[in-house]
Formats: sequence, structure tokens, C-alpha cells
Amino acid sequence: MLSYWRILTATFRQHTTYRTATLAGIFTNSMFGLIRASILLAAIHAAGGELNGYTALQAATYVWLGQALLAPIEAFGTREVAARVHQGDVAVDLLRPLSFLGLFFAQKLGRSSYYLLARGIPPMLIGALLTGLALPEDPLSYPLGVLTIALAITVAFLGDMLVNLAAFWILETRGLTVLYNSVMNLLSGFLIPILWFPPWLLAIARWTPFPSMVQTPIDVLSGRVGPASAIGLIGVQSAWILVLLLAAAVMLRAGARSLEVQGG
Amino acid sequence: MADRASRLDRPVGPLRMAAALYGSRIRSQASFRASFAADLAGQALLVIVEFIELWVILSQVGVFGGMTLTQVAVVYGLASLAFGLADLAFGEVEQVSSLVRSGRLETLLIRPVPLLLQLSSLDLSLRRIGRIAVGLAMYVGALLAAGFSPGAADLVLAILAPLAGAAIFSALFVAAGALQFWLIDGREFANAFTYGGNYVATTPGAVFGAPMRAFFTFVIPATLVAYTPALVLLDLPGPALLPQWTGWLGLPAAILLWTATALLWRAGVRRYTGAGG
Repeated sequence: MLSYWRILTATFRQHTTYRTATLAGIFTNSMFGLIRASILLAAIHAAGGELNGYTALQAATYVWLGQALLAPIEAFGTREVAARVHQGDVAVDLLRPLSFLGLFFAQKLGRSSYYLLARGIPPMLIGALLTGLALPEDPLSYPLGVLTIALAITVAFLGDMLVNLAAFWILETRGLTVLYNSVMNLLSGFLIPILWFPPWLLAIARWTPFPSMVQTPIDVLSGRVGPASAIGLIGVQSAWILVLLLAAAVMLRAGARSLEVQGG
Repeated sequence: MADRASRLDRPVGPLRMAAALYGSRIRSQASFRASFAADLAGQALLVIVEFIELWVILSQVGVFGGMTLTQVAVVYGLASLAFGLADLAFGEVEQVSSLVRSGRLETLLIRPVPLLLQLSSLDLSLRRIGRIAVGLAMYVGALLAAGFSPGAADLVLAILAPLAGAAIFSALFVAAGALQFWLIDGREFANAFTYGGNYVATTPGAVFGAPMRAFFTFVIPATLVAYTPALVLLDLPGPALLPQWTGWLGLPAAILLWTATALLWRAGVRRYTGAGG
């Protein structure tokens, strides 16, 4: 356990050194937040002040929370594991006296905790200043919200890992990554709340793990969903973690068996 | 043989050089057929998935930013077409930051080929044709569906607009690349203007509040790429700051932006000092 903790803290520290990148990320994140808030607010205005249960204030909160979660869940995907499979470095990872998934999860948690603080808080402050934020009424929503973020990061990590592990069988995973991330951006409710979807699309979204990555933590943290329903959503997140973890373990085992690395 | 040798001795013109560089990239990518097809389909699907956002909103409210779904599709298709063309030609220029960091820029600088041409052809990604194809199909299809009955001037604008838009986005990509000479780690900063510009350009401009609309017109001319030309083509009135005639400002804006970008790029390359190697 200690070694995982050390990996986690080392990754956290590693990312604190990229200060220009952090500033650039905050700037870009906030700019996209402004664009997205404009679009959603205009839609609500056109709908006469409320659209499928979202008021202007709730929609603005929705956007800023989404922007804050963008970096921690790494909504644009990662390619490190796929690259390590292609280059053969994965052989070293598999030989380490650590669980393969545990190693990368510790790194992910280190990155995500840094992103949450450095790239998550500034867009919330900007949102609070520019549009105001809807806050939950029940204080219990805050600890539950933090828990849903942690679970959302885990679901996103496992989904991304499945895409990366596909590299054991297909040579070029870039197309898959692009496709996965664009579907995820839509069905997770990152672009627009999934409750705005037409029924058939909403039904599709609900059968995927994607809403557990973005929609769930936003709903709980903004208080749109009370603590009682939040516990149900946490159950859904946990179920997805189990399913995806199982799938990742199976893929990793099969991949490691078919892996052939030359030279040494 | 002698003839061939003497022909090779002579320095080649810039056009022949560009043709040789781009031709080799195209041939190399087209040779991995399955991967190429998957990438192409992925890019095409990406454009459609991104449009679903607007489509969902319009299925709820009917008129968005003063436009119906068909009219928004004209804006979206036109902007995607323009962005796709620019992305194909200059989308990889921002890679310059990794070239600077790894020291590989020197090898490019000592070759007798303009740096920008090398960077542009280095990673020419044909998969981006997927975005271009879907953008073009949406643009033409939506225009026809919206009952486009062109006069001569309209027709000229309909053809000019995607090219001017592509020039605007190209300039933004190159400017983003030039900024990397100063902000090695700050690649994401430029995304606010390139991808952010695309986001704004694919949306009806009336949606944005006055300060945003002004910024994305006068500083980053994103609204001039597709929204204002669409106002002219569809004969719609424009919002404050963007009267209908601004639909013709795409080309002048592109020229202005390219002038500034060329200066920025030159300053960036001059500022670069190699570490030897």
C-alpha cells in the first residue's frame, strides 16, 4: 500500500512543477466555460426561463462544475498505456511487483487530485463571480458530492483503460480514442445535461457508464439531486466500477498472454 | 541518365517541393487502408456527435439564436468545413512545442525548405478529410433544405466563405504554433482560440452576449467564419454588432489575421535559439 501512496504523491508533485501548463489550462478551461454557459443560458432563455428542470442558475452551475471536472476525469483521454504497449515498455510494467491497474490508478489519482485543486477550483471561482452558483440545501450533499467525484474519476479511469488496453490487439488506437471520447463527452452529460436528451438518447445514455463520470457528481454537488437519491447514484457508480474492473482485468490477462515483446 | 542527373542537380521550385512533400505523406497514409478507414469514419462521426448538442437544444426550443435547425445546420456545416480544411493543412503546427523541447527543430531549420511548409506536410493527417466531407455535405444539404435561391453575389459568397473561413482558422493554428516559441508548456492556452474559435464559429453568433460576441468578432474573427455569411446566404437579420453585411468580412479578416500571424511566426522562429545537438 505504501508504494502506491508514494507513486500517488510523486505524481501529484510531478504535476505541480508544470506551472505554465496549469495557467494555460485554467485560461482555456474558463474560456470554454464562458462559451458553454452562453449556449446553455441562451437555450434556457429561448425556452422561457426553464428547460427540463434547469433554471439559468442551475445550468450555469452545471457548466462550471463540468469545466472543473474536465481535467480530473481526463475527458480527452490518455494514451500512455497504449503507447507503452506499442513500444513494449508494458513488459516492464507487467514485471513490477505491483498490480498493473493499481500502478496506473495510483498515478491517475495523483494527477487527478492535483487537477481537482489547480484546475477545478479556479473555474468555480470564475463561475461564482460571473454567473453565480446554485448550492445544495442539505449539508450532507457536500461529503456525498466528494465521494461521487472520487467514484467518477475511478469510472473514467477504468473506461479509458479499456480503450488503452485495446492496443494489445489493434495497432493504431487513435481512432478508437477519438471516437470513445466524443461519445463520452455527449453521453456523460458533459456537453448538455442528459435530461435534455430525447427519450431514446436518454435511454441509451442510461445504459452506459458515461453519466456516472460527469452527470452524477454534478447533480449531487449542485444539489439538483438530494442525498437520498445520491446514495442510489453512488450505487450505480459502484456497480459500473465493478463491471469495468472485471472487464479490464480480463482484457489485461488476455493481452498479457498474447503479448510478444522482442529484444530486451 | 545524364539528363536525369542534371535535373536533380538543379534546385527545385517551391511548388515541386510542396508537391513532393505532400504527395509522399498522402501515399504513406493511404497504404494502411483499414486504419485509414477507421480514422476517417471516426472523424466523420465526431462531427455528427458534436452537432447532436445543437440538435438537442433545437428540438427543445425550436428557434435558437434567431435560427431554425436547418439554418443552424448551415452555420455548423460551413464552420466544420472551414475548420476541417485548416486542420488538414495546419492542424499539426502546434506540435512545434514538442520539436523545440526535443531539439528536433534544428534538423528542420537547416533544410532548404521553408519551416512552415515542412511542419504543415510533416503530419498531414488525411483522416481529417472525414470532417471536411461531413461539413461539406451538411453545408450544401442544409443550404438546399433552407430554400437557398442564389443570386450571383450569393453564389460567390457561398464558395468564398469556406475558403476565407479556412484561411482564418489556418492563421489561428499558425499563430498558436508561433506562441509555442514563448510558451513551451502553454500549448493549451492556444486551444482557447483555435478549438474555442471553432466552438463559437459552429454556433449562431446571436447566442453570445455582447462582450463575447465582440471578442470573437474583432479579436478572434470566429463569428465571421460561418454565422455572418449564413445570415447573408439565408437573408436573415443580424444581431447587434453583426449586421448582415458583415457576412462579407471573412476574407478581409483572414488577410489581416494572416499578416499579424506571419509577423508573429517570424518573430517566434527568430527568437528560437537551439541548444546544439
